[in-house]
Amino acid sequence: MSQTTTDQTPTAATYHGLTEEQLDSFGAEMDAIRQRVLADLGDADRDYLMRVLKWQRGLEITGRALFYLPPAWPIAVGALSVAKILDNMEIGHNVMHGQYDWMGDPALNSRMFEWDNVCPSDQWKYSHNYIHHTFTNVLGKDRDIGYGILRMDEDQAWHPYYLGNPLYAFLLMVFFEWGVALHDLEVENIVNGTRKLEDNKALHAGIMRKVRKQALKDYVLFPLLTGPFFPLTFLGNATANLIRNVWAFNIIFCGHFPAGVESFTEDEIVDENGDEARGKWYLRQLLGSANITGGPLFHIMSGNLSHQIEHHLFPDLPARRYPEVAGEVREICERYGLQYNTGPLRKQLGSVFAKICRLALPDRTPSGRDGDRAGRVTQDALAA
Amino acid sequence: MSIVADTTGRLLRSRLAGALASPHGVDTYLQLLDPMLAAHDVRARVVDVTRETTGTGSAPVATLTLQPTRTWRGHRAGQHVLVGVDLPGSAKRHTRAFTISSAGSQPGECFTLTVRAHEEGQVSKFLVREARPGQLLHLSQAQGEFTLNESPATPTNNHLLFITGGSGITPAMSMLRTLLRDGYDGHAGRKVTFLHYARSPEDQIFAEELAAIAAADNGVEVHLRHGDQTFSEFELRRLVPHFRDTDTWLCGPPGLVELVRAAYGDSEGARRRLRMEFFKPAVARAASDGEPAGGEVSFTRSGRTGTNGGTSLLEQAEELGLNPESGCRMGICFSCTARKTAGTTRDVLTGEESSLPDEDIRICVSQPVGECHIDL
Repeated sequence: MSQTTTDQTPTAATYHGLTEEQLDSFGAEMDAIRQRVLADLGDADRDYLMRVLKWQRGLEITGRALFYLPPAWPIAVGALSVAKILDNMEIGHNVMHGQYDWMGDPALNSRMFEWDNVCPSDQWKYSHNYIHHTFTNVLGKDRDIGYGILRMDEDQAWHPYYLGNPLYAFLLMVFFEWGVALHDLEVENIVNGTRKLEDNKALHAGIMRKVRKQALKDYVLFPLLTGPFFPLTFLGNATANLIRNVWAFNIIFCGHFPAGVESFTEDEIVDENGDEARGKWYLRQLLGSANITGGPLFHIMSGNLSHQIEHHLFPDLPARRYPEVAGEVREICERYGLQYNTGPLRKQLGSVFAKICRLALPDRTPSGRDGDRAGRVTQDALAA
Repeated sequence: MSIVADTTGRLLRSRLAGALASPHGVDTYLQLLDPMLAAHDVRARVVDVTRETTGTGSAPVATLTLQPTRTWRGHRAGQHVLVGVDLPGSAKRHTRAFTISSAGSQPGECFTLTVRAHEEGQVSKFLVREARPGQLLHLSQAQGEFTLNESPATPTNNHLLFITGGSGITPAMSMLRTLLRDGYDGHAGRKVTFLHYARSPEDQIFAEELAAIAAADNGVEVHLRHGDQTFSEFELRRLVPHFRDTDTWLCGPPGLVELVRAAYGDSEGARRRLRMEFFKPAVARAASDGEPAGGEVSFTRSGRTGTNGGTSLLEQAEELGLNPESGCRMGICFSCTARKTAGTTRDVLTGEESSLPDEDIRICVSQPVGECHIDL
């Protein structure tokens, strides 16, 4: 095993190539960025969100209206798709993270907001804001690793079931909002016996209520309102939902599963008291996420989850701030010799799909965790 | 016109409109057309601002006339309304309760707020000093049970007594104005006694109107007390000999409320006659900066109180046996958000302190600084 250390004494205990002091100062630098942005929140952030909201509402109304004009069907579907994507990503995901709670506007408060998605917001906030963002990439804790369906990490033991990995991924992509809606039911834990069926009773009513409302407007009321064009409107709404699903799935998978993204075990992140140092937490968020490069419009359409690294470091800062802090975060990572995983969409997508296919098969080496992880990070950083 | 408007209103409030606008609601779309269009939300435009006191050195008072949206369901005299103001520059909406000063209103009807600009009150200062006609405010429906349950439509021979101090005059003024507007002329053998304590003649609001009411032949007696003239049971007995058997509305600062309550005693009958509305009690802050411990932390909904130990509010709640909803315990997931109704808290991540009343805070990363009230 080759431990490629850079500038520490070889005897110092390191974690992903950083000494404890380095971890602390890394954490302090991240805290300072957060602090600075928090102190600067104001009218520009509010105006931006209101502008996105106006575009979203405008596109939604335009899309719905254009279904009365059958030749404009593709434009209607496009407008409605973009509206649904903005609703879920730049508005819904971010508002429900509490990024705009400081404004005191009940309509844009994380406790009140409900999104255009079959997953009820309160259930999503539990599994996403709490479980996923607290236990990011901790195996056995973060249920977003493979969504309980896929094998997305070498450390998930292989089973013949995973031969279907690419097929499951495809289905999850197509039915993504449904996958997210059923996420909290932890079906895989019911199958393996760690969760009881009764535990889900309380969740069923919420899901059903939300599903009914979403289905009623997209598949009954709006199609009915267009009279003879019912089938076209029905199909258009279904297509818009599908496009949103495919887009959201790809952006989210590129944020966590390209090559080079790290996973963690419960034992390695906590100290003897069961606590995780702030610097270590930040480091885990950084190493567990990946960015996608692109232009401003691409960032808006991805809800700025193209800055997944910054989002995981600062989940409660308004997402429009991620691009402006990204340069600084990257510079800090370079100074500490840490990998900052980013690349264009096609590269990250290719990497994710390669992983989905590779992990469908049993590992060729006995274990993915045999290489020294600290050495791997340092080498990657040096290579970058 | 109004038939068209009524039909439109009914349509916009219909279940169909709600289902079509799901999950965001009809108002989020209407608002983009015109902020004064609403199906459920209540908003208002300021249409007039009148200065009430000109006293130098004292906090100025202004009366704002508001034109509410058609969704306003009206108010009963004595009720208050929550007013949300988007303070310019901060992009933050602050919400405070203000008592309505005008006579009871019908749905959609204009009403007034009379506001004193407290030095530390961002919202009241803004409303008095900076709000101009055209300013948009976010409202709740009228709320509160401190109301006038007496009307010319159901006449009785009751003597009515109002005892108020400082800003506590507004609900009583609303009730008095309602009575007079609705033809309460005191000629049915009924009397109204209006007793008010103000800091100084310069701080006395509604002075001219009260003088005119006192001078008119309507059975209303007005007694204004200024400066050092504090409430005494002796004086009240002289003005209203049978005050304990008189329907009384009391509103003012805690000191006045305590004195009056003592005068009425504990008998069942007196307690039924005395209706009270409190101002929020001021909460003491810790003595020095950087010393969060000390004082009492009250979890008001559960009625648990403990000595502030300087740890996070979540930990202090758990030590008292409460089990509030929580998640990450590090301020990122917002599961533990709760309302601080009074007191000061410090955000342990930023070190920032806030004394805003009725503020939503994440209790896992908030330490109380001195006495603190949490709605848990």
